[in-house]
Amino acid sequence: MYAFDFVKPKTLAEAVKALGAEDAQALGGGQTLIPTLKQRLAQPAVLVSLSGIAELKGVKAAGGSLTIGGGTSHATVAKEAKAYPALAALAANIGDPAVRSLGTIGGSIANNDPSADYPAAVLASGATVVTNTREIAADDFFQGMFTTALEPGEIITAVRFPVPEKANYQKFEQPASRFALVGVFVAKYAAGVRVAVTGASTEGVFRWTEAEKALSANFAASAVAGLAVPGGEMIADIHGSAAYRAHLIKVLTGRAVAAAG
Amino acid sequence: MPKVTMRVNGREVSGEVEGRTLLVQFLREGLGLTGTHVGCDTSQCGACTVHVNGLQVKSCTTFALDVDGAEVTTIEGMANADGSLSVIQQAFQDHHGLQCGFCTPGMVMAAAALLKENPKPTEAQIRHHLEGNICRCTGYHNIVKAVLAASGQDVSAIAAE
Ligand SMILES: Cc1cc2nc3c(=O)[nH]c(=O)nc-3n(C[C@H](O)[C@H](O)[C@H](O)COP(=O)(O)OP(=O)(O)OC[C@H]3O[C@@H](n4cnc5c(N)ncnc54)[C@H](O)[C@@H]3O)c2cc1C
Ligand code: FES
Ligand code: FES
Repeated sequence: MYAFDFVKPKTLAEAVKALGAEDAQALGGGQTLIPTLKQRLAQPAVLVSLSGIAELKGVKAAGGSLTIGGGTSHATVAKEAKAYPALAALAANIGDPAVRSLGTIGGSIANNDPSADYPAAVLASGATVVTNTREIAADDFFQGMFTTALEPGEIITAVRFPVPEKANYQKFEQPASRFALVGVFVAKYAAGVRVAVTGASTEGVFRWTEAEKALSANFAASAVAGLAVPGGEMIADIHGSAAYRAHLIKVLTGRAVAAAG
Repeated sequence: MPKVTMRVNGREVSGEVEGRTLLVQFLREGLGLTGTHVGCDTSQCGACTVHVNGLQVKSCTTFALDVDGAEVTTIEGMANADGSLSVIQQAFQDHHGLQCGFCTPGMVMAAAALLKENPKPTEAQIRHHLEGNICRCTGYHNIVKAVLAASGQDVSAIAAE
């Protein structure tokens, strides 16, 4: 690791100020950033830890939506997101217990790893990403592998999820990394069904619109069976070919619908 | 250099560290608590598992300065006050839950975190909880058995497998 200064502000306002410094970077739970720093793939001059900021933590349900502070750990979401069981179940299955103790929702979606779990939930729920300066719709937030709408120094303060009527996340786990080889999140709202896929596309998380149309008309696993596998360029690596991943999307979507009931 | 202060195994300690000093470096090199092991240094193996404010974390993936003021427990803090082995440690010995012993500090800390939350876990819950702890000697079966025994449950079903 290259050397850096470490600061740990107590309030959001102090953190915003500290992140205004040249080459300053936010530290969430560090479960992605610390390994990255060890590989010398990042070289911040100042690391601004968000872990001491109480106002970034917590889960609140109100008026049909669930708001999760940007600094809330996966373990806390797993325990406290009772109003949105599919989301709590997703959080309970990220990585391992130590990763869940420290890793945060803000860090996960800011990173936008193409195989991460949370981006699928955020996109399928049509959630709103709240930052220190604005609100960003999920459809505008994710902009391809490891790329988001965030500006330098912008902090995710919360993610607001409209709670669906039914939802389920199916993760086909890559057993060594525990990330999703492919993951599909299906959420049914009064206005229609949304389906988001992680782990598969070279573009990162995406919506499978053909499945959304079919499921909005008929919310049954059989509605997906007749569809062609989604197009677009799929990830191919030693764990699975592009065709295998495309096939998994269809299988997991059917399973998610069946499990959502 | 910045100063860090924390309570480690009930004792108040402090030392000078760099921003990039990992918690595991502070424990091992700063305090001489070498019971916490570094197996991979890439967040994969769990050998470095300790508790920070009661939460199970990988000390190779935590900065010392980020846990300033925290309560930290390492394997050195697990034995009973009179020096005898704790229930979990004794169960590892009784059920041959260790071979070379390298992963054992992390396994014991992970098991302790599990039993605090879930005093009577099923075998499946134990296996799920230990997903982040890798044993190079691959003695998982007896590790799971030891944790089950430490929770006061019957291990004969596992033993029969
Ligand atoms: C062994 C292991 C297994 C894992 N398995 C999975 C898995 O199965 N599924 C999965 O989805 N993930 C997995 N992860 C990743 C994990 O979920 C991380 O917690 C997550 O990717 C990053 O969150 P963090 O809080 O640790 O962020 P950090 O690592 O601290 O930061 C990541 C990035 O986000 C930025 N950032 C952090 N917080 C904010 C914020 N509030 N606002 C703006 N930017 C911010 C940082 O500057 C950095 O660029 C795993 C990690 C490990 C080590
Ligand atoms: S040494 Fe920390 S996880 Fe392997
Ligand atoms: S006992 Fe040797 S690594 Fe687990």
